[in-house]
Amino acid sequence: MSAPILFRDARIVCPEAGERCGDLLVVDGVIAAGERPADAEIVECAGKVLAPGIVDLGVATIDRAACRVGGIVRVAPLPDQSPVLDEPGAVQRLALIGRPDLWIHPIAAATRGNAGTDLAEMAVCLSAGARAIGTGRRWIADSGVMHRVLSYARDLDVTVIAHAEDQGLAAGAVATSGETATRLGLPSAPALAEALAVARDLMLAEETGARLHLRQVTTAAAFDLVRAAKRRGVAVTCGITPAHLLLSDIAMSDFRTFAHLSPPLRSETDRQAALAALADGTIDVLSSGHDPRGPEEKRLPFADSTAGAAGAATLLALGLGLVRDGRLTLPRLFALLSQAPARLLGLETGTLAAGMPGDVVLLDPDAPWRIDADALPGIAGNTPFDGLPVQGRVAGVWKGGRAA
Amino acid sequence: MSDHRPAALIEGGAVFPHRHLTGIEGLQPHEIMFLLDEAEARIDAPQEAPLAGLTQINAFFENSTRTLLSFEIAGKRLGADVVNMHAAQSSVKKGETLIDTAQTLNAMRADVLVIRHMSSGAVRLIADKVDCPVLNAGDGRHEHPTQALLDALTIRRRLGGIANKRVVICGDLLHSRVARSNILSLTALAAEVRVCAPSTLMPPAIERFGVTAFTDFDAALEGADVVMMLRLQTERMAGGYVPSVREYRLRYGLTEERWHRRAPDALVMHPGPMNRGVEIDSAVADHVERSAITEQVAMGVAVRMACLDVLTRRRRGVEGWV
Repeated sequence: MSAPILFRDARIVCPEAGERCGDLLVVDGVIAAGERPADAEIVECAGKVLAPGIVDLGVATIDRAACRVGGIVRVAPLPDQSPVLDEPGAVQRLALIGRPDLWIHPIAAATRGNAGTDLAEMAVCLSAGARAIGTGRRWIADSGVMHRVLSYARDLDVTVIAHAEDQGLAAGAVATSGETATRLGLPSAPALAEALAVARDLMLAEETGARLHLRQVTTAAAFDLVRAAKRRGVAVTCGITPAHLLLSDIAMSDFRTFAHLSPPLRSETDRQAALAALADGTIDVLSSGHDPRGPEEKRLPFADSTAGAAGAATLLALGLGLVRDGRLTLPRLFALLSQAPARLLGLETGTLAAGMPGDVVLLDPDAPWRIDADALPGIAGNTPFDGLPVQGRVAGVWKGGRAA
Repeated sequence: MSDHRPAALIEGGAVFPHRHLTGIEGLQPHEIMFLLDEAEARIDAPQEAPLAGLTQINAFFENSTRTLLSFEIAGKRLGADVVNMHAAQSSVKKGETLIDTAQTLNAMRADVLVIRHMSSGAVRLIADKVDCPVLNAGDGRHEHPTQALLDALTIRRRLGGIANKRVVICGDLLHSRVARSNILSLTALAAEVRVCAPSTLMPPAIERFGVTAFTDFDAALEGADVVMMLRLQTERMAGGYVPSVREYRLRYGLTEERWHRRAPDALVMHPGPMNRGVEIDSAVADHVERSAITEQVAMGVAVRMACLDVLTRRRRGVEGWV
């Protein structure tokens, strides 16, 4: 067991308790109330922000270096790994390899081979360490299969994490229909492809009573559907990445493959709707969608390149930018980054309440730096934010009261 | 960067400051006009060999007969050493990446590269990696700038000008790079452009390009000065974009009857190769006075000569082009 730590003179940001200035004590790896033990190690915070470590929901790849600089202490990898997370061996292996610094909470595949046809062994995978069930980066096209997935997951009291893009419309598309896609001559799908898929999955969730998390909602029509469903009491949550909050499809100009994402970047109107959904609480989770891709997959013609962006190293700084712009408060940012994803995965973490694991991140919220694709820590630097000046750097990360 | 004086008043290289020709997008109207003037001057000009000693590589990653031939003849008429690389049957199939191919071509010290590729944006990707000028001979559904230039030149010669002429472009606009480049150049040159296609083959947000969209071909043809037909590729029919050939012909074919009824005076154009009896009837395509289809092919060589010449002037140290 690690020695007690006292974080002294910090600006403590907790999604539950709000902000306060003072000290935070971690004893036996757990946040503690009460007196400082005499042997406590003291970390002088000098007014820097101390917040719960980030729980990154739905990463494509485990990338320790990127997580470390990004203040991420737990990740939930998508089931469409190689091999697919549809059997206990693969799940258990992944669940154990990250410790102690980075805890991995696998999302098990909803269907065998993530093929969208036969139910996978969900309960077996849950007992092997999976914390949720997911469809990965694909939509289950067959409504009958999705109905069975949700019904079965409801029995297991586990959240289903879905990717919502109607494949009839979106197959082969690499962009959202609009002026930019037409100008570049790229195969595109109407933004409606998302709302169609969201509508179906919401109705099935409502019908079955299952908990549904829509990993990325990015269009005005889909936000309206989620908002209305929440009002009806449907057990739905939704997430987004910074790219869809901060960039529109114009970022694809000049065939910039770093802006080739899944789902694709949307129109400015949809981006504004995403910011509104962030403000009114429709969006529950902010995640990195971390999907590092090297030049062999990105230095290609746009439509031939692989979708995805590296995001773990920039998630926090971009989130702090939203705070600086007045879109969010600091406690709400960490509700999106830590508390909500932890709750969704059934993890006792994500706040700084006494009794929670000592997963904390110390950050200097004003430290300026420039996002540089060539120098981004991690497996690859394929960020659509290359060159953007940002503020906010991680000064230290502790996992379970132990410096990472 | 851009100079708004008439082309005739701008000296030397300032009239065309671009290193490559990857598309019509980004060209100023006077720059387009300059290329047209340069091309027109070459139509009946005596043989010269300004590109003698220069190596022109035509790298075609997608099958082509007409465009490849046109670029080859254009290069040879200018005296260049022309090499054709049929990449559709080369190492590209063995998994070599486009960037590697570009670097290989660059290392062979080409003086000008002409590239066709099946992916939008591929030509620009190569242009960023090589030291010599690059000409786009068609990339995916993106652009085919020399086709737009030769079409503009054909219209200008036939009708005496382009501004205010009503040009109807009809066919598979969604998958057509020819249509995109033509829309950009003709609207830049102040033509009134109408596009016509079934909604399944109409690009999204096309009205943002300053054109009027029609789904009714008869209505679109009203008062047309030029009718530009696009090829309907048979694989589009398999893709379910149109129900059948005969239904497409019924609604969008430039049949003899429709032409006589709706636009008997209009100039008829087609980038080729034609599907006779599908999008265009032979009687229309072969009309001696009103069809400009063979003239388009002739203009193609002149336009490509002009582009090859202009883009290599800096390299050749032509006075004023440093």
